[in-house]
Amino acid sequence: MHLSETVNTGFYSLAPLLVFAPVVGLLINAIFGQKFSEKVVGTVASLASGTAFVVSVLLAYSVAINHGHAVSVPFAEWIHIGNLELDWTFRVDSLSATMMLVVSGVGTLIHIYAIGYMHEDVRFKHEEGRFARFFVFLNLFIAAMMVLVSGDSYLMLFVGWEGVGLCSFLLIGFWFEMDTLARPSWANSNAAKKAFITNRVGDFGFLMAGFLTFWNFGSFQFDKVFEAAPAIAHNSPGIIVAITLFMLVGVAGKSAQIPLYIWLPDAMAGPTPVSALIHAATMVTAGVYLITRSAPLYTLVPQAQYIVAMVGAATALFAATIAVGQYDIKKVLAYSTISQLGFMVAAVGMGAYVAGMFHLITHAFFKALLFLSAGSVILGMERGHHAHAHHAAHDDHGKGKKKKEEHGHDDHEEVFDPGDMRNMGGLRKTMPVTFWLYMAGTLALAGIVPFAGFWSKDEILLDAKLHYTSVYWQLAIAAFFTAFYMGRQIWMVFFGEARTEVAKHAQESPKVMTVPLMVLAALAVLGGGLNLPFEGFHNLTHWLGYTLGEVEALPLNLGVAGVSTLLALLAIFISWWIYGRNPLKAGQPDPLKKPLGFIFTGMENKWFVDEGYGVLILTPFKKISQFLADVIDWRFWHDFVHDTVIAGTYNWLSEIVLSRYADQKGIDTFFNSWGSFTQWLSGNVRKIQNGFVRSYALSVLLGVVLILGYLILK
Amino acid sequence: MVPVDYYVVLSAVLFSIGTLGVLSRRNPLIIFMSIELMLNAANLAFVAFASVYETFSGQIFVFFVIAVAAAEVAVGLALIVEIFKTKKNINVDEMNSLKG
Amino acid sequence: MNSDLIVFLVLSLVAVSTALGMLFSRNAVYSALFLVLNFVTVAVFYLLLGAPFIAMSQITVYAGAIMVLFLFVIMLLGAENLAPSESLPWQKPLAALLSAVLAVEAIYLLFSRASTARSVVSPDASLNTIESLREMAMDLFNHFLLPFEITSILLLVAMVGAIVLTRQDKGEANGSS
Repeated sequence: MHLSETVNTGFYSLAPLLVFAPVVGLLINAIFGQKFSEKVVGTVASLASGTAFVVSVLLAYSVAINHGHAVSVPFAEWIHIGNLELDWTFRVDSLSATMMLVVSGVGTLIHIYAIGYMHEDVRFKHEEGRFARFFVFLNLFIAAMMVLVSGDSYLMLFVGWEGVGLCSFLLIGFWFEMDTLARPSWANSNAAKKAFITNRVGDFGFLMAGFLTFWNFGSFQFDKVFEAAPAIAHNSPGIIVAITLFMLVGVAGKSAQIPLYIWLPDAMAGPTPVSALIHAATMVTAGVYLITRSAPLYTLVPQAQYIVAMVGAATALFAATIAVGQYDIKKVLAYSTISQLGFMVAAVGMGAYVAGMFHLITHAFFKALLFLSAGSVILGMERGHHAHAHHAAHDDHGKGKKKKEEHGHDDHEEVFDPGDMRNMGGLRKTMPVTFWLYMAGTLALAGIVPFAGFWSKDEILLDAKLHYTSVYWQLAIAAFFTAFYMGRQIWMVFFGEARTEVAKHAQESPKVMTVPLMVLAALAVLGGGLNLPFEGFHNLTHWLGYTLGEVEALPLNLGVAGVSTLLALLAIFISWWIYGRNPLKAGQPDPLKKPLGFIFTGMENKWFVDEGYGVLILTPFKKISQFLADVIDWRFWHDFVHDTVIAGTYNWLSEIVLSRYADQKGIDTFFNSWGSFTQWLSGNVRKIQNGFVRSYALSVLLGVVLILGYLILK
Repeated sequence: MVPVDYYVVLSAVLFSIGTLGVLSRRNPLIIFMSIELMLNAANLAFVAFASVYETFSGQIFVFFVIAVAAAEVAVGLALIVEIFKTKKNINVDEMNSLKG
Repeated sequence: MNSDLIVFLVLSLVAVSTALGMLFSRNAVYSALFLVLNFVTVAVFYLLLGAPFIAMSQITVYAGAIMVLFLFVIMLLGAENLAPSESLPWQKPLAALLSAVLAVEAIYLLFSRASTARSVVSPDASLNTIESLREMAMDLFNHFLLPFEITSILLLVAMVGAIVLTRQDKGEANGSS
């Protein structure tokens, strides 16, 4: 991949705006946010993100007219020590431009949506001042994500990687001191910490990969690394294997793969736009992007590729089974996200980078759509809850009102979870727009022809069939489960009768929320058009081929497509049989619970992975820490070494030798007499300070005369 | 033909008289005038040297000094008037709040 | 003893005596008038030294504007005389002594270290032309433009400062009326 010096058309010089437009937006909101009205704050943030999108479009256009030449836009020198030169350079090629488009495009829509969502969210939680802060974080995320995807080296990628991790932490813990679901009040901040710490484990892998890269290649730059890679792979393939596998650890952390996926479901504690933007559409795909970006490395080591593919496939299947047993509307989607990320990782692991990226793009569309629609559902429920509660309060004259005042905001009679699907039902009638949008997302995710998800998922399955049969079967079963749990969700949420009063009173969301959703829905429906498996329609394959090298575009395989479509339809039919035919009644347990028994209990409880980690890692870790803290640190180091040995000796020395003799007798006497002298002297000298300006001036003249005299006598 | 040293001696004498005025008088207005006298003495030396060395720089410097002196007098007299308004007296010895 | 020297000696005598007169006058108005005379004398010196522009500035700014300002303030405050009450008995003799020492030191230093042994040539008619003024102006605006601008700002600040200092506060004015 040579950087062409002849490229002189295009808008490459605009690249820094990708990062700085959101930064300007966040600075404006950070400084003036409290003074602005919510509309202005939201507009500023959306405009900042929208600017990034426009720049992305211009950059993609520039790449297109230059036939995919990768262009480096140097921006700033960072570290220059000896031969080490680390710069902040923007890399614009078809791969990074694709990511920029996805991030800023979906990001901008979610910004707009969030204006409506947060408007109500901050009111339901009685904390209106937090509105501006949310958009500051959101813009910061866009900026960090842009640093990640536009970086020219692993180092800049890592900077962005950490930046988005920070934003993820900040936004998961956005409601850090409150929890409306009767959990401890720090549950949200715990979720944020869990995400951050789990990502730390992944980042350790990324860091190791980075160190190894620098040690062996002497550079972080993509081009230099990839150029040198074949020679090193020839001499010592172990190094490349180590680098790629350590990188996989990083990917597992950021993209929520086994074994580090556990943070993502908890991350749903953040506001829903965050779940959509960070924990579904963009940030979690950073791992997929990293592997795609490192394609030249992975291609050299098939063993590592196999491991990546297996991890992805296992995650896809595993998470899909858990999603079946969840009741929280966002948790289902979270596990679905993990599962779909597994699809992508499996795809890039098999070397099907285009398929992986394709799925990344379509998934960004329909999963953002699903999350945002879920947010719309949740807010609809909240509105219903409020309307209902108000109603009740009106009935018994001020009694409820008084109670409300006494207990603050969320102490109505009982804790109400607006995200629990068991509380919903029949929302099709009260929230028709959201229902249709949700349906579009569901069909896309379930892989029904001709929605976007079908084409991208099918491409992955086809690749899997050609490469690894075991991966293919895992993914096919995962796809089956995907269709099943989405069907289950649709029946439970939108069909049947309202299971609670709240669901009966649910209200549709305002336009500012539904219009971005419609755009996303259109993309979810039509997104497949990016890369249809027919001759002449392999647009994305060609486009990414500029960066990844020409890949063979696979034609449609009716066998694979047929099997997956049949599986999906079958799954939806089964879900209708179970959940749609006889709608769930209020208080009735899940109908799957009986026939599946302990299996369903496992699904419901996420296969006890968190508990397993607790027993396997956390408990021993805590015990070791306790041992270290209590025995080694406190008793040995503190009590014995520090207190007895060091402090004891020191005490003796200081008390007897230094204090009594040296200090009190020697030094004190000297300084006390010095002090008395100073006191006596100052008592006399202060008489000079008589306050008359003229006498001060006289002393100045005296000084002048003396200096002149010195000059004369010198 | 006057040796330039004579001018400088005159300047030094005028300067010293100004100094004496600043130090010995208690009327702030006269102190001020003495300061103006000192500035004039310095100006005289400047112009004398400028004349000898045939350069305009000295004259230009004097020009600036005159401008600054005008500014100084404007502010200084305003201060004196203000002090008079608050203290009803302008004796500098009355202004001894610096006393330690 | 040429004529220049005679003129110089006579004028310096006038300058020193008016300076002393300014210093020793009991009445501040007399002091101011002595000072005006002194300034005019110095302006004549400037003419002798071939600096007509500075001489005119001296007359207009110093002898004219500044001293008139002084006289105004003296009369405004009624500060012609101060009651003779000396609170610093040592101040006057000490000041006189030190000033004298200063003068002696300065003159001694001048003759022992800094004597230039050059003479001022009395200017001829060619100096008082517009050409020499133009030359000076060129010098001023070519090499000293920034100081010139800064001076203008300084004057503005001084003007504003003087106004702010002497302005009567609104509340105060209302209270007194």
